Amino acid sequence: MRSLEAPAVQRVARGHRMRLRWGRIVIYIVLVAFALFYLMPVYVLVVNGLKSFQEVSLSKMWAPPSALSLRSFEKAFDKLSPNFLNSVSLVVPATLFSSFLGSLNGYILAKWKFRGSEVLFPLLLFGMFIPYQSILIPLVQFLRWAGQYLPVQLYGTITGLVLVHIVYGIPITTLIFRNYYASIPNDLVEAARMDGAGFFGVYRHVILPLSAPAFVVVVIWQFTSIWNEFLFAVTITSNPAQQPITVALQNLAGSQIVEWNVQMAGALLAALPTLLVYILLGRYFLRGLLAGALRG
Amino acid sequence: MSRRICIPLLVTALLLWLSGVEALQAGAAKQLEIFSWWTAGGEAEGLNALFSVYKKKYPDVEIMNAAVAGGAGAAAKAVLKTRMQGGNPPDSFQVHGGAELIETWVKTGFMEPITSLAQTEGWLKVIPKDLVEMVSYQGQVYAIPANVHRGNVLWYNKRIFDQNNLKPPATWDDFFKVAETLKGKGITPLSLGDKLKWEAAHLFEDILLATLGPEGYNGLWTGKTSWTGSGVKRALETFAKALQYVNSDHAALVWDQAAQMLIDGKAAMNVMGDWVAGYFTAKGWKPNVDYGFLPAPGTKGSFVIVTDTFGLPKKAPHREQALNWLRIVGSKEGQEAFNPKKGSICARTDCDKAKFDVYLQSSMADFARDKLVPSEVHGSAAPETFATEFNDILNVFVTRRDVGAAQKALQEACVRAKMCK
Amino acid sequence: MLRISLDRLIAIALLLPSLVAVGIFVYGFIGWTAYVSLSNWNTFVPDLSFAGLTNYLALMRSFRFQADLRNTLIFTFTFLAASLGIGLLLAVLLDQRVRGEAVFRNIFLFPMAISFIVTGVTWQWLLNPSTGVNLLFDQVGLGFLKSRWYTDPSIAIFSVVLAAVWQMSGFTMAMYLAGLRGVPDELLEAARVDGATEWQVYRYVILPLLHPVTLSAVIVLGHISLKIFDLVYAMTGSGPAFSTDVPGVFMFETTFRGNRFAEGAAISMIMLLLVAILIVPYLWYTMRTEAGP
Repeated sequence: MRSLEAPAVQRVARGHRMRLRWGRIVIYIVLVAFALFYLMPVYVLVVNGLKSFQEVSLSKMWAPPSALSLRSFEKAFDKLSPNFLNSVSLVVPATLFSSFLGSLNGYILAKWKFRGSEVLFPLLLFGMFIPYQSILIPLVQFLRWAGQYLPVQLYGTITGLVLVHIVYGIPITTLIFRNYYASIPNDLVEAARMDGAGFFGVYRHVILPLSAPAFVVVVIWQFTSIWNEFLFAVTITSNPAQQPITVALQNLAGSQIVEWNVQMAGALLAALPTLLVYILLGRYFLRGLLAGALRG
Repeated sequence: MSRRICIPLLVTALLLWLSGVEALQAGAAKQLEIFSWWTAGGEAEGLNALFSVYKKKYPDVEIMNAAVAGGAGAAAKAVLKTRMQGGNPPDSFQVHGGAELIETWVKTGFMEPITSLAQTEGWLKVIPKDLVEMVSYQGQVYAIPANVHRGNVLWYNKRIFDQNNLKPPATWDDFFKVAETLKGKGITPLSLGDKLKWEAAHLFEDILLATLGPEGYNGLWTGKTSWTGSGVKRALETFAKALQYVNSDHAALVWDQAAQMLIDGKAAMNVMGDWVAGYFTAKGWKPNVDYGFLPAPGTKGSFVIVTDTFGLPKKAPHREQALNWLRIVGSKEGQEAFNPKKGSICARTDCDKAKFDVYLQSSMADFARDKLVPSEVHGSAAPETFATEFNDILNVFVTRRDVGAAQKALQEACVRAKMCK
Repeated sequence: MLRISLDRLIAIALLLPSLVAVGIFVYGFIGWTAYVSLSNWNTFVPDLSFAGLTNYLALMRSFRFQADLRNTLIFTFTFLAASLGIGLLLAVLLDQRVRGEAVFRNIFLFPMAISFIVTGVTWQWLLNPSTGVNLLFDQVGLGFLKSRWYTDPSIAIFSVVLAAVWQMSGFTMAMYLAGLRGVPDELLEAARVDGATEWQVYRYVILPLLHPVTLSAVIVLGHISLKIFDLVYAMTGSGPAFSTDVPGVFMFETTFRGNRFAEGAAISMIMLLLVAILIVPYLWYTMRTEAGP
């Protein structure tokens, strides 16, 4: 397996026919065309986010703002910043817990198979595929019921939302870790066991040190999906002081007057953390995929 | 990932989580949770004005503004219904008066009557009888209307009408003449944005009223007027004809973008409720200067009511504060604080006219004089089951223009909703 | 011996919370939904008396639901085909030692970081027939490319597909690129030594090796598309004559606006069934290969 960045020496062989000049030009034209296609919506968001409410209108969508106005961004920031923090205190614990839970489950299902574990795995996986809007009512009823027997309320709180995301994160995180761990040779595990390592010893000394690529994939995946999730957030947290940013973003639009410029600015602000995660960790995401984290 | 990194990360996570938990449990003793879909613009300002009036009278109560946005409250209703089903009502919530209140919440036993409150506060004397009836069931009052919007208004770009020497149409026959002239000059006669479906239904509702008159229109919701009859047939035909004069991208727009077409000079007329006036004001457009208004064609003398009301859910967690909230909502002071910002008129007839703009003043005059009829599209005339199907049927009609199929489907929906036999 | 079985006990004990949680939150709730779908709960007050298949039959007769099923199938097929095709194309191009590969990769991948709601709202602007890309086409002299997009019932659904492809094709690109980079060099060398053209190398050596990647991508994208909700809800809603309506939107409106809880539950069960048709063979396949050596 080669490194991701593919040093030139290694790649020469594959590219030799394509080195014809016009061939390269076509490649770049296609790539640039697609890049423009992907960037087009961002342009619209930025340009209209910089306009004032009076100026923003459908017919002048591509025109740059007549005067640079940061008002929309300020307004969006004012309204969104408390919810931004809520999102952070939702996403960080939920992502970390569900990653570790997935890692543990994956480890058990890959390296500690027991009778029936081959059946349990697909059963766990199936949870990934349910349409979430269909289980909202039983979910709310269950959270309320369970909250009575616990020291913390589950319904209406970030804690409850964290729990929900951890539970519905189990299938995907388990899948990624199990597939990744399946590619770690059993010999390594056996050798550690010979040396007297038990369940936790093997996990700590053999599995965990090798887990970084899978963790990156899982963390990115969970981080973005939890950050962007709307339906659970809006149904489970009713107190605006507890609501994550997706709900607040939606609330920037009233039922009767929508300030598109503020919405666009807000959308950009709300997307910043996930964009940062992708730009900073994108390389490792690919590396994690390469290492087999998301391969069937 | 090594242990050195993992452990601190986990500890941080736990701390963050617990801090969130703690903040939650430190809530104040006296609370009031108000649920609505007023989250932005004038609506939110109006709501905040109401909150300030409340705060002034009851300074020790912490108000929780549980507002959820969504096109005309769609997402908000989902959240509210999930909460009510889960047995977790807010202290009071926004609901359209009429069928939406009575069919969904009152008949099903979720609400507590507030008749004695309405009597001691003197509301029954200052709120028109038709409107009180919309919030009553079996002689008991269940909610207090906070405001009144008018559903049947024709808005027009004054400049376009002046330049072409046109008179705004009072009937649909006039409308088609004017529309033909405008079309000849390359101006879109009527702007429509029906992406959310209800906007097309809204236009049709006004046509139904124009064709059937208030009596016939009201009969639709009680089974007295037949959906398969000639009246509805004519209304659908008029609707189909009107659709020939709308902008071709109507399915891509929502109502405010349709209103924007008037501002941009791209369309001459728009039929919509008077929240459009609030939009024009926000965009710096002035009544009787930039735009004109009159009752939707053929509906002079009728006032289609769209009203937001607040009631008292059973098991409201803070009942006493909720009752005080209703007192504020129904008071003259509360309504005068709320409505000018919201862009609606008071449900009470004794509000100070000077606090309202030109358009709203004329609406107040009509409200006191006209026959009041409930809006179907905005939840007042028929149960929500029917309202949902009504929107669906008209959405199909807009594309297919099949009058017979639409009448049959409307009749079936009417039977399913148990409004007709 | 004792040691091993103790460890095994620990393993099972640690797995147990997840099993219980999924048992309640997934299977318990599905059971609840199935139960409601067979009841008479079509007003706001719960009425759990048995209704048999009434709700399902009502759906099958509904014009809207027929449109929903048709739209879902069209959406899923075109979305999958386009995402896989574009993803593969971009991955192969990026695999040609291009300058600025990292930049291109980030540009292709970033839409994944954005929520479906924001994507929906933005593309609703872009594909608005009187502005957006149409305006752009006019300005650069490509007027013939103009379209009525999602206001034209016959092609509306493809406008939604376009937005979905924008969001997810970067993901297939990443999967394929990872797959391409995982192909051992020796294999390619061997093929070239045997005189295969570059095209043949791709067609007969590399593509077959990418099958597992394609399968994973189909599963991930397929289930997203079968239960798609946010994107459609934010972008077009039901569309003219339900041309972009999907079961997720119908279910949401029927349940929470129309108060027809049993009918909504029946829609959910049918959605679940559609997803199961896609997923169960895959799970079965996974299980079989696991059970092997």
